[in-house]
Amino acid sequence: MSSSEGDLQARRTAEAAARRSYGKLVAFLAARTRDVAAAEDALSEAFTAALTDWPRNGCPSSPEAWLLTVARRKMIDFARRRHSGEMAAGQLQLLAEGLEAAAADAEIPDQRLALMFACAHPAIEVGIRAPLILQVVLGLDAALIASAFLMSPAAMGQRLVRAKNKIRQAGVPFGIPRTDDLPGRLEAVLEAIYAAFGEGWTDAGGTDVARRDLAEEAVFLGRLVTELRPEEPEALGLLALMLHAEARRRARRNEHGDYVPLAEQDPALWDSQLINEAEALLVRASALGSIGRYQLEGALQSAHVYRRRTGHVNWAAVVELYDALLVLCGSPVVAINRALAIAETQGAGAALEALQELAADARLTQYQPYWAARAELLARTGACGEARQAYEIAIGLERDPAVRRFLQQRQSALTP
Amino acid sequence: MQYLLMLYVNEGGWSKLTQAQQEQGVAAYAAYTEAIKKAGVLKGSNRLQGSSTATTVRIANGKSQVLNGPYADSKEQLGGYYLIDVPDLDAALSWAARCPAASHGVVEVRPIWPMAV
Repeated sequence: MSSSEGDLQARRTAEAAARRSYGKLVAFLAARTRDVAAAEDALSEAFTAALTDWPRNGCPSSPEAWLLTVARRKMIDFARRRHSGEMAAGQLQLLAEGLEAAAADAEIPDQRLALMFACAHPAIEVGIRAPLILQVVLGLDAALIASAFLMSPAAMGQRLVRAKNKIRQAGVPFGIPRTDDLPGRLEAVLEAIYAAFGEGWTDAGGTDVARRDLAEEAVFLGRLVTELRPEEPEALGLLALMLHAEARRRARRNEHGDYVPLAEQDPALWDSQLINEAEALLVRASALGSIGRYQLEGALQSAHVYRRRTGHVNWAAVVELYDALLVLCGSPVVAINRALAIAETQGAGAALEALQELAADARLTQYQPYWAARAELLARTGACGEARQAYEIAIGLERDPAVRRFLQQRQSALTP
Repeated sequence: MQYLLMLYVNEGGWSKLTQAQQEQGVAAYAAYTEAIKKAGVLKGSNRLQGSSTATTVRIANGKSQVLNGPYADSKEQLGGYYLIDVPDLDAALSWAARCPAASHGVVEVRPIWPMAV
């Protein structure tokens, strides 16, 4: 094997291991010392070491076990360098015990959920809990997370560092919370899973492997939570919502890779198995008798799927669901979608008025869906000049080339 | 890990209580202290004389300044502490929640930053 082939294979193996097990490795490394940042650093160094070692010595049969062993040695080195005397002895003891446990056990225990609950602990600032879970469990970088949360990358980076320090210094536990604490903590965990799914969802074509995996990882985490808490209606609602969206993945692009909006999708391309699973989850959730944000969003998906059987969307139900959702969480993103649904029941003029109420929100000036929605509604009212301008901004803000092409086509279809 | 539970309470509140209420209050603290001792987590505990007995010192421009009164003049004052040794923050928080001061004041929970030996 030539050296470049060896390099390529090493890189592929490392990438696959990272996708499969990044969070699992961080969770396992951090669980004993609660030092998430050190676990991340050690793991990152282990990956770097792998790219030097594997091309020379061949890829190991269990890349995860190899990475874990190297990462733990790095963590012991960090601890030696940072501390002296008795304090370090305690930490080194913990690390050494873990090393033995890992050597004895071929299967790395999955402590991702425990790590997520540590990140969603009440001692951690509310706004940073979800980004923290995305970073430490899924390995997303701060810039990507910042964009998903409409925040500046520098500010996001600082807040993530502070939160990790707090976990370590304040001794935030890694584990499943007590029953009475669980609902509140679960909410933060679900929010993070949904945000992860949203990030994965932006790559509809599935060309960006890391992103596609993110959606799958989010579904995986969603399933994990429902397995742990089968009686939690919002966890079921979130899983249903994600599965409904996943079911339409294939229909979101045509054979040329062009973006197809929901209203123009061919229901025959939707995955009926996923839809059925999602519907069953929603039924299970509603039987538990406590409505919430994710169940409502799941029900919205369900109202769109209604078209598969009847040929038309139940828009009145959609608007009603958005009304309820807006009361519950008041998010500007929900308000945009509500305005688009209003366009179907009361016309584009009423929808524009609803959208106008959001215009003062500074965060939306750089939010593509706001401008795309505005452009679409303006076009329908015949205000072509304004629509063209709004499309221009939306195109400038979009990062997915297929969606950009779609917006450009809509823009050029405007009558002059 | 060791945590310091700092009890911040409204000092004026005590004198407004009836004698029976005061006895009840003392009994509640005694029971709490007993429980935390029995659990084997107590490392140290004390109450403090009122903040009117406090004196603050600081050196500014090479000169010492001695001021009468507590550092922070707020409605609730540091009135006592418990130093405990427990596995993690959740355990510390559950002891803080049981403390009578959590009901009539505030309990701040701070991890101890150990000194290198």
